[in-house]
Amino acid sequence: MSRRRSPLIPGLIALIGVLSLASLVIGPASISIPVALKALVSDQGAASIVVREIRLPRTLLALLIGWIFGLSGAGLQGLLRNPLADTAVFGAPQASAFGAVLVIYSGLVGTLSWALPFAAIAGALLSIALVVAVAGRSATIVVLVLAGLAVGSLAGAGTSLAISLSPNPFAVTEIVFWLLGSFEDRSMVHVGLSLPFILLASGLILKAAPGLRALSLGEETARSLGTDVGRLRGLIVAGAAIGTGASVAVAGSIGFVGLVAPHLVRPFTGYDPARTLVPAGLAGAALLLAADCTARLIPSGAEVKVGVLTALIGVPFFLWVIARRKAELVETPA
Amino acid sequence: MMPFEIRSLSVDLGARRALESIDLSLEPGRLTALIGPNGAGKTTLLRAMAGLVRPSAGDVVLDGTPTALMRASARARAIAYLPQGGGVAWPLPVEGVVALGRLPHGEEPDRLPAEGRTAVEAALRSVGLQGFETRPATSLSGGERARMLLARALATQAPVLLADEPVAALDPRHQLIVLEVLKARARAGTTVVAILHDLNLAARFADHIVLLDQGKIETSGSPEEALTKARLAASFGIQARVSRGEDGLLVVAQSPLPSA
Repeated sequence: MSRRRSPLIPGLIALIGVLSLASLVIGPASISIPVALKALVSDQGAASIVVREIRLPRTLLALLIGWIFGLSGAGLQGLLRNPLADTAVFGAPQASAFGAVLVIYSGLVGTLSWALPFAAIAGALLSIALVVAVAGRSATIVVLVLAGLAVGSLAGAGTSLAISLSPNPFAVTEIVFWLLGSFEDRSMVHVGLSLPFILLASGLILKAAPGLRALSLGEETARSLGTDVGRLRGLIVAGAAIGTGASVAVAGSIGFVGLVAPHLVRPFTGYDPARTLVPAGLAGAALLLAADCTARLIPSGAEVKVGVLTALIGVPFFLWVIARRKAELVETPA
Repeated sequence: MMPFEIRSLSVDLGARRALESIDLSLEPGRLTALIGPNGAGKTTLLRAMAGLVRPSAGDVVLDGTPTALMRASARARAIAYLPQGGGVAWPLPVEGVVALGRLPHGEEPDRLPAEGRTAVEAALRSVGLQGFETRPATSLSGGERARMLLARALATQAPVLLADEPVAALDPRHQLIVLEVLKARARAGTTVVAILHDLNLAARFADHIVLLDQGKIETSGSPEEALTKARLAASFGIQARVSRGEDGLLVVAQSPLPSA
């Protein structure tokens, strides 16, 4: 069990570097790679404005949010010992969106207020805690997914209610587009708004890493090995909720990155749930940034929303995992 | 050598009293079989001994210290617990699973120090799983998986080893392998307690038998003392023939008695 130096993490970082560069270059205004790089550090006129104020914040947000989604997905999958666990499956993005919509349309705050992430985090926390509580200790994946579906539907209904009660059609359009999830027109203010929460969430989930190993043998064995399972559950649920809430607050509802990313890296980490965390986060960052670049490249009148794109990739993937593991999923306790 | 004692232990599960004033003194170097009918409280007693269920009264005392006062990691180093029919969630390599037994020592499975490495190798050897180190745990047969999980518990090298039905669902060969490993571990100075349903295996391997019925200790003593016709009738509700032959004590369950 000597620690082999795996090229996985350096490889993912290199991939993120390449994608970041692409993200600074791709867009309606044609800017070459050397100009884009120069524009980051020195004044290149219009190119500097485009790169620094439009593409850089967008790149950073995609990386931060992809990272925390990948990390949360890997954490929840480890906690529930189930490869289908993810905040999106638990209805957390919808619940976050509902929390945010509630404060925006109650007229309490604007979209750049610190209250927004807090409301979104409260929504996510409620949904994840509810699903983990309902699913309980010995629930099957069926119970888990059904509970998530119910919570997500409830939050979606709440959001629909808020939309239908809204007197202002422009506000309705705005909220609907925001719900689709996008990094369009985001600024460094959005980065600043989400960064502290994402750092906190990362810290909480990474702190739980050693316990996740013990948990792969089940809750009883983990406890007998000295793991405080309640604390572990608290760390991961809180981390996933804070990360999801902060992300949804600035970029709307983006799902399924957390479901897909851990699967991509797990074969390279020896399926060790603790060693899967960081690579899953990096894979999530790469995945979401790639999705955002793709969204910008698809020729269409209005830009394709990245949240739509991740769902288009993520949902078939989800179904594929179910189909592939159907036999064991029937019996697998969550 | 650490004496392991249970003092006036009572456990309530919800409104039901699962264990009533259990007193038991277990000596190092002996294999104790915990037997009793379904629902007698065997698993609850084992879990209470492992510190996994909070007693309503009484103490589990290891070497003079109540385990409730020990830190979780210290307790985990002292008491290894093998739950019934455990599985592994991910296709971890076999040696990675066994190495989880070193977690109470603060040793991470992918960075084992020499001492941990030796413990893991010894544990794999004692259950006959050399050569299985890199096999995915999820690809093992039932018997191999049971041996791997036992090796995980052995790798902790705890002075107390508790095993909940370690031979349930195993074929006769694997039952013997597992019980021989437990017996050898006891002979090496460990306090071993195993829940067993097969009375003949209990008679053959245990140094000490504790018969639990309705949350109380019915009898505690040598196999000859514990496995009598009258006790089997009273606790298990069976008509049994107990004979002593060249293979030691032999219990043949003949028929269920009408319930009282």
